[in-house]
Formats: sequence, structure tokens, C-alpha cells
Amino acid sequence: MNISLTKIQAVCAALLLGTGVLMSGCSTVAKGVAAVGETAGVITPQQGESIRKVGDAVEKTFADITPEQEYYLGRAVGATIVHKFKVYDNDEATRYLNLLGQTLAAASSRPETFGGWHFLILDSDEINAFAAPGGFVFVSRGMLRLCKNEDDLAAVLAHEVGHVELQHALRAIKSSRLTSALTTLAMESAKSLGGEALSQLTEAFEGSITDISSTLMNSGYARKQESQADDVAIRILGDVGYDPHSLSRVLTEMQKHLKPDGHDFAATHPPPMERVKYLNSLLGKTPAKAIPAVRTERFQTALAGI
Amino acid sequence: MKRLIWSVLLVGLLAAPAIARDTPMNVQIRSAQLRANPTFLGTLVSTLDYGAQVIATDARNGWYYVKTADGKHGWLHQSALTTKKVSLQAGASDVATTASGQELALAGKGFNSSVEADFKKKNADIDFTWIDRMEKIKVSAGEMAAFLRAGQVQASR
Repeated sequence: MNISLTKIQAVCAALLLGTGVLMSGCSTVAKGVAAVGETAGVITPQQGESIRKVGDAVEKTFADITPEQEYYLGRAVGATIVHKFKVYDNDEATRYLNLLGQTLAAASSRPETFGGWHFLILDSDEINAFAAPGGFVFVSRGMLRLCKNEDDLAAVLAHEVGHVELQHALRAIKSSRLTSALTTLAMESAKSLGGEALSQLTEAFEGSITDISSTLMNSGYARKQESQADDVAIRILGDVGYDPHSLSRVLTEMQKHLKPDGHDFAATHPPPMERVKYLNSLLGKTPAKAIPAVRTERFQTALAGI
Repeated sequence: MKRLIWSVLLVGLLAAPAIARDTPMNVQIRSAQLRANPTFLGTLVSTLDYGAQVIATDARNGWYYVKTADGKHGWLHQSALTTKKVSLQAGASDVATTASGQELALAGKGFNSSVEADFKKKNADIDFTWIDRMEKIKVSAGEMAAFLRAGQVQASR
């Protein structure tokens, strides 16, 4: 029976993936396959039901990834990032980064993720910051050096929180991977995962990690997604009480240090001054907030070794 | 143009999450923070585990006022909750009864710890040590409030 299930699954996958039909059509196709199979007596009604679920599953994409699945994707993307960049192992700096970052994340529209929000410093001179799904955020020493005070750093972190809040990384996953993962799940019904199904899921998982990691580290997000994350950053900075103009300040600083052909922020982000222009139009005449000396002092103390 | 605006408004209304009174919901994250007030700095009342069932009786700005089966009550952020059924890890006894139809993908299956273990086996060079370490760094609501106070960070609104 397992063999015929696999065959049906293969037919389904071929129909669903290979033809490139519109997503709305897939459900109909899967339901058709189920009906034909049942009539022919090749499959039981229960299996037919499973296939109908495949059709329903196909219509779902990244939006249907649960917080738990997002968490496991985030862990593996994070591990991939720290595989490429070394971690800057400094308890005081990391603790400070988490005090600030977790506070900003708590004020976002997604304060609660499956495994919580966590921040880490990468031992790299490149100007970079990455947000893996579920709230694993990485900032390079090069990026920290650009920040002159806590408000600047808050702007960088709030922007990354924005990417997680808006689930931009999950959108980078090719829909065919989710289709195959959800197909496997639907076919497996309520049984616990067997060896073959697990290996298919792992394949979809690995593919998803590749999709996300290469978007984060090589190609970057779409401009629209960057400005959406900027919008979130401005909102969080304002809600918590940091200077909303700090984001423009960091971007202007970034412009001075970016190497045009670099592999860092320059390669994965729109030109900083383009974003500054957008932010200025967004903030209008909102006055800048004064930054008390005590705040800048603790920033300098915590990041003294950076 | 007016018609377009009205259709957009209508779609917006339909899409808005309407919470009827006494809506059963489930915790969809590992550990959710039940708070005395609907704010991220609100005093912690208790924590609720993944899969815990609650009844939402009120909603305010992204927070739900909920009651638990054992009589606790307080505010939970909507990001911790789902109206879909949540079941425990695949293989757990309640999976068969709760995993059905469209809820299937939510049933603690999919990308989970078994998939991660399989991934690690196939990618031995990818080290998760730092990920496990960073997950241990936690900041409580009290520490957040103290951090903001000490830095004189205050929203002007």
C-alpha cells in the first residue's frame, strides 16, 4: 500500500508542481485525482481524503507556516549564518544587545515568537545585519561600529525586527518547497512521520534554508520589503521612545563606509540615501529626540571592545 | 473611485479578526506570557505552555484577555495564540484526534525537531552550538522596564 501511496503522491506532485498551473487550479486537480482513484478502487476513501487535503494544502504558502516551524527554520538559518561568519564572543556586549533588541521586539506587533527573540554579534568587519525567521537576529561588528549611540543601534535592530515581524524571510522560500513539504504532510495524514516522509521533509527543509540564507546573504530583499521594515522600525522607535531620526542617521553613516562592489549591505540593500529620502518624507517635521548622556555612556561601555 | 474605496473598506472589515466572546484559542508558541495588563511591560501573571487552551473573553490592541482551564486569567498577545487546533509533537497520542483537514499542517508536524535532527545528520559541518547558546539569553519584562528607565527612554506619546 505504501508503494501505491508513493505513486499517487508522485502523480500529484507532478500534476501540482510540473504543470505550473495556477495555484487555484491545483486544488481542483488534486480533488480530481482523488475522485478518480477512489472510483477506480486504487485508493481507499481515507486516502482520497488525504489527497483532497493536498489540494487544500497547496493553496497555502509561507502564511501557513506555524510559529513552531518558523522557529526550526530560523535555528537552521541562524546556524548557517554563524557557519559563514564567526561569532563575537563577548558576554557584556551580547547581553547589552539583547537588553535593547528584546525590548524593541517586545514592542513590535509580534512580541511572542515560538522560541523568543535572541540577538548575537558576528565577528566581521563587513557592515551587515541578518534576521532569521522566528526572531534570531545577527549584527556584525562592522555594523555596530557605525552606530554612534544607543538610538542608532536601536534603529538597526528595529529594522531587523521589522523583517521578522513581516516574515520576509519566509517569503523567500520557493513555493514549490512548501508545496512538497505540505504534500508529504497531507499524505502522511495523522501518522507519525516515517523514514521516507521524513527524508522528503528534510529535503524541503534544506531547500528552504538555502532559499532564505541566499536571500539574506547574497541577493537581499525587494526594495518594498526594505521600506516596509523601515516603516516598522520607525513605529517601534517611536513607541518605545527612541529618536525616530536615528535610522536616517545610521543610513547616512553607512553611505560613507560602503564599498560599492562589497558583499555586505551594499549588495543586499537599496542605496542608503534612497532610504533616507523615503524616511525624511515619512517623518516630515517630527522633531528629533534628545539623547541623554547616560544612555550614550552605557552604549559606549558595553560596546567598548567593538 | 468611490466604489473602489468602499470595496476596499469592506474587504478590510471582513478580513479584520473578529473575536466573538468566549472564543476558545490555543497557545502556539513554546511558552506564552500571561500578563496583568495588555502591554509588553505588564506584570507577569503566569506562563502558559505550547498547546494550552484558553478562552478569550475580550480583545484590545492586539491583546486578548483570556481564562485558562485552571482558573488563571490575564492578557496574552495575539502573536502567542491561534484559533486553530494545536497538538503536540507527531506521535503524541492526541495527534490522531486533533489533526484533521486544514489543521493538519499545524499539528506539531512539518519542520520540527525530527527534521532538524535529520538536517544535522546530513549537514554535520553546520554547528548549532551558538544557536542553542543565544536561545538561553532571556530578558524579563522587569529587566526591560529597568533598562528603559536607566537609559531615560520614554515615549513622548
